[in-house]
Amino acid sequence: MLVIFFGLLFAALTMSTFATVSASPAHADEVGTDEYEFVLTGNVQFDQKPLDNVLITVEGAGYEASVETGADGKWKVGVPEKAAYTVTLDEETLPEGVVVAKGGSVIEAEFALTKVKSVNFFLGEGTRTTVSFFDQFINRFVNGLNFGLLLALAAIGLSLIFGTTGLSNFAHAEMITFGALMSLLFSVTLGLPIWLAIIIAVALSAGFGWSLDAVIWKPLRRKGVGLIPLMIVSIGLSLALRYLFQIFVGGGTSQLPGSGLADMQLGPIRLSMIDVASMGISIVVLLAVSYFLLRTRIGKATRAVSDNPSLASASGIDVDGVIRIVWVLGGALAGLSGILWAYFRPGVSWDMGFQILLLVFAAVTLGGLGTAFGALIGSIIVGLFVELSTLLLPSDLKYVGALVVLILVLLLRPQGILGRKERIG
Amino acid sequence: MSNNTVPSNKPVKSTDLHIGEAEPGCKKRDPILVADGVSRTFGGLKAVDVDHVEIPRGAITALIGPNGAGKTTLFNLLTGFDKPDTGSWTFEGRPLSGMPAFKVARMGQVRTFQLTKALGLLTVMDNMLLGAKGQAGENLFRAIFPFFWAKQEEANRVQALDILERFKLDTKKDDYAASLSGGQRKLLEMARALMSEPSLVMLDEPMAGVNPALTQSLLDHILNLKAEGMTVLFVEHDMHMVRHIADWVIVMAEGRVVAEGDPHEVMRNPAVIDAYLGQHHDEDLGEDPAAETERVEAIKELLD
Amino acid sequence: MIDWGAIFSNAAVELISPTTAAYALAALGLAIHFGYTGLLNFGQAGFMALGAYGFAISTLSFGFPVWGAVLVGVGASVVFALVLGIPTLRLRADYLAIVTIAAAEIVRLLFTTNTFQSITGSANGLSGYKGGFAGLNPIPEGRYGFGPFEYNEYDWWLRIVAWSIVALACLFTWQIMRSPWGRVIKGIREDEDAVRALGKNVYSYKMQSLILGGVFGTIAGMIFVLPRAVVPSNYQTSLTFFIYAILLLGGASTILGPVIGSMVFWVLLSFFSGFIARAVEAGWIPFITSIQAGQLRFILVGVAIMLIVIFRPQGIFGNKKELAFVK
Ligand SMILES: Nc1ncnc2c1ncn2[C@@H]1O[C@H](COP(=O)(O)OP(=O)(O)OP(=O)(O)O)[C@@H](O)[C@H]1O
Ligand SMILES: [Mg+2]
Repeated sequence: MLVIFFGLLFAALTMSTFATVSASPAHADEVGTDEYEFVLTGNVQFDQKPLDNVLITVEGAGYEASVETGADGKWKVGVPEKAAYTVTLDEETLPEGVVVAKGGSVIEAEFALTKVKSVNFFLGEGTRTTVSFFDQFINRFVNGLNFGLLLALAAIGLSLIFGTTGLSNFAHAEMITFGALMSLLFSVTLGLPIWLAIIIAVALSAGFGWSLDAVIWKPLRRKGVGLIPLMIVSIGLSLALRYLFQIFVGGGTSQLPGSGLADMQLGPIRLSMIDVASMGISIVVLLAVSYFLLRTRIGKATRAVSDNPSLASASGIDVDGVIRIVWVLGGALAGLSGILWAYFRPGVSWDMGFQILLLVFAAVTLGGLGTAFGALIGSIIVGLFVELSTLLLPSDLKYVGALVVLILVLLLRPQGILGRKERIG
Repeated sequence: MSNNTVPSNKPVKSTDLHIGEAEPGCKKRDPILVADGVSRTFGGLKAVDVDHVEIPRGAITALIGPNGAGKTTLFNLLTGFDKPDTGSWTFEGRPLSGMPAFKVARMGQVRTFQLTKALGLLTVMDNMLLGAKGQAGENLFRAIFPFFWAKQEEANRVQALDILERFKLDTKKDDYAASLSGGQRKLLEMARALMSEPSLVMLDEPMAGVNPALTQSLLDHILNLKAEGMTVLFVEHDMHMVRHIADWVIVMAEGRVVAEGDPHEVMRNPAVIDAYLGQHHDEDLGEDPAAETERVEAIKELLD
Repeated sequence: MIDWGAIFSNAAVELISPTTAAYALAALGLAIHFGYTGLLNFGQAGFMALGAYGFAISTLSFGFPVWGAVLVGVGASVVFALVLGIPTLRLRADYLAIVTIAAAEIVRLLFTTNTFQSITGSANGLSGYKGGFAGLNPIPEGRYGFGPFEYNEYDWWLRIVAWSIVALACLFTWQIMRSPWGRVIKGIREDEDAVRALGKNVYSYKMQSLILGGVFGTIAGMIFVLPRAVVPSNYQTSLTFFIYAILLLGGASTILGPVIGSMVFWVLLSFFSGFIARAVEAGWIPFITSIQAGQLRFILVGVAIMLIVIFRPQGIFGNKKELAFVK
């Protein structure tokens, strides 16, 4: 009986999808206005005529909402905080022959003194350049690769930490955010050139990783705290750090220098210089990390500890030293990943690391917990999946695809792609 | 060779268990467990590769072999804790391959673990009660109403106390199992396995870490099990013990069964000596003095 | 000057608020998962969301009566538990953690997306589903109570129902945990292979535990939305973390721990927020704005989780004897 109820619920959900295709959904030109006191509002008009059913998405401060314009072309979205929000107009919902003329379909809006902020888009006549499915696919693919590579930076660190210490480090999210925040501090606030700011930020991130180990994790290992309590400690740490960041930088989003760079057209592929640089940096760093793990003595020791800590320590490897190096490396990689993520999103915000933490975990799990190269493969799969799924799914569901894949892979290959089964008895 | 006129303080050995030559994979008169073509590889390593082996019913069989011979892995496979690459086996004539571990245990084939698995934050008594079979109160709906299970629980408690007394653990019954010593945990694990009144008990190194005084009583327990009609299969490295209580010995090396036979005879089998020395002992000997003395010890123990 | 009376009475009100009851029940469900069975369920927020939406949608879109709406929510969470459990309960504990956290996010994103707006209300959420529940209220109209605990008939009805459910759930959990069923469950927490070797179908027991605790979470989700609206942003991962904080505070494998933990948590949180907010207004803490003061409480929760796990892993109500062996 329960199954029938659930089936009904599900059928209703599916039906409503079809409904959106055939008829226009119920008007909801006001969203969250009862709940929150701050309001973003606007009026979508073309040629003095209001346009209805235009989809507007508001995102920021960990909040996301969408609204469709009413018959009068107006929309209103209540937001929880007086922060900066990204307002996006979905061009596909504009009538034929109308496009966003200037300023683009994405506007960064920040509240001034009042509780209401109006955001308006400038529409003009024109045809939307419809991109062929194949070109879209190629574009999404390259984007996905870029995203996957930056995820891999964070995932390898997470995976090495898991491998050597057994810790599922939820605070890795904040190590990612930390890198981005530091680069913002040194480039924008202190006015250093961005390349220098990035180097300093990565170095500080390495130091951050080292100090987290020295101050929290090493003493807890000494104390013999179990793995699950350790994981919960990392959850508490993640929560505390995240909101500490918010206290310092507020709920808004700030841009790193150069993030607004225009796209270049390379055949069917549209990329900015930043995207190219980001991929280049990721690939070089990942190659360097591979070299480190495969060829250097410390790297081999790291893999040995990951494989079997007690055996490694019995064979004379300085396990504590290896773990320290892994934290430093993990911190630096996470920081770098955060900087690249800030360019990819784009923007630096207090919870940006937490937004991709789950994807990083998914990547590590997909590849097989604790295997560095598995994490790399897992990341690329997750990155591609997230981006390619937007070809079929609405963009507010793009993470769903990747998470569903995670669950499916675990069904088929429980130990992950490169993982090994554990020994019993 | 074997005779039945052993002194009364010596255990009574079962004899005449096999049919034909005592060779690897030989037939038994009354096998309780028969395995065929069981193999398991880890990466490139063939941990278990057993063509044919039979475990005689009502007897104590020892499974010996150097470290890494694949004994624990074979245990895992036979009890459903691991899946083999190939092979099938039957227990009391019923095919077991692919059966999940809990069903294997319910059929009366119960095992213990080499690395003891005492349930630390349960009391010793709760550990014991967990072993009892067919408990009505283990069903969620009946669990809500004590009258479904209170009586059975009482009976199980009496039985548990009885076994605990035999294992000298009755004074500890209300302590957390985590507070027991390593040897006591081994005892508890064995006692717990007996709660289900199994027909085949598989013990993975039951004596490891148990002090010599207790060892004797453990051996007596194992002999008792046989007297009660159970079949025992155990892994052990201590040859004295094996000779003392085992009726039959199966020797594994590098995943294969290399020899079988009466405990006194099997030690003289060149294949066994070879297994303990390693295949190429003539090349290796002398290169590493520590390894050499170890091997010499092993030989001494085997031959003594 | 700071109005201490207001701060204290606001904090005291939390003691019996329906929100406290909802968190207590969700934490009790988590106690069954984590404290007793050792299952790392990080998707309790997803179970709560299913309860809230299952109840609201079946009332609003299908016109179900209260009991039907409750059944839909419970049914949805049973299906959810099965979907989560089937792939992961055979795997190592940390896989369940990752899969549950992912699944709860999937649920939240599905309720947030515009695609299903006509049913879920997307980011707006849903309201107007309380009529059926209010209709069952036997209390005559009016205001009752004393001091800070003065409410109208709906609020009293809600509190009575919520806390009765919590009490029943506690009794039920207490009874099954002292039965042989509970023994198997606790055995699985300690070492599932050992329990398997004793002939128990570990997989099935874990599934039962996952479903049971999930249903508690689902009912908690319904209680949670009876004093407010259904809003998808309430069901983020941090909701699950808050419930973990409550569970750890009270003691993970105790019956009353989650309840007292929830009361302590909410009273302290309310007291703390009230104090900081007023202290900022009064200019006592010059370097902090009132928005930042709101964030301080999350930091406090985070630090509290860390400190409890490190220094008092058995929680307020946990057994002292256990502490010696807590890993
Ligand atoms: N899960 C596993 N993954 C990889 N290799 C394994 C695994 N389990 C066992 N092995 C390998 O299989 C071989 C046989 O191991 P097994 O534990 O069965 O040996 P054993 O005979 O019980 O040894 P011991 O007497 O030391 O207990 C060993 O080389 C071991 O390293
Ligand atoms: Mg072994």
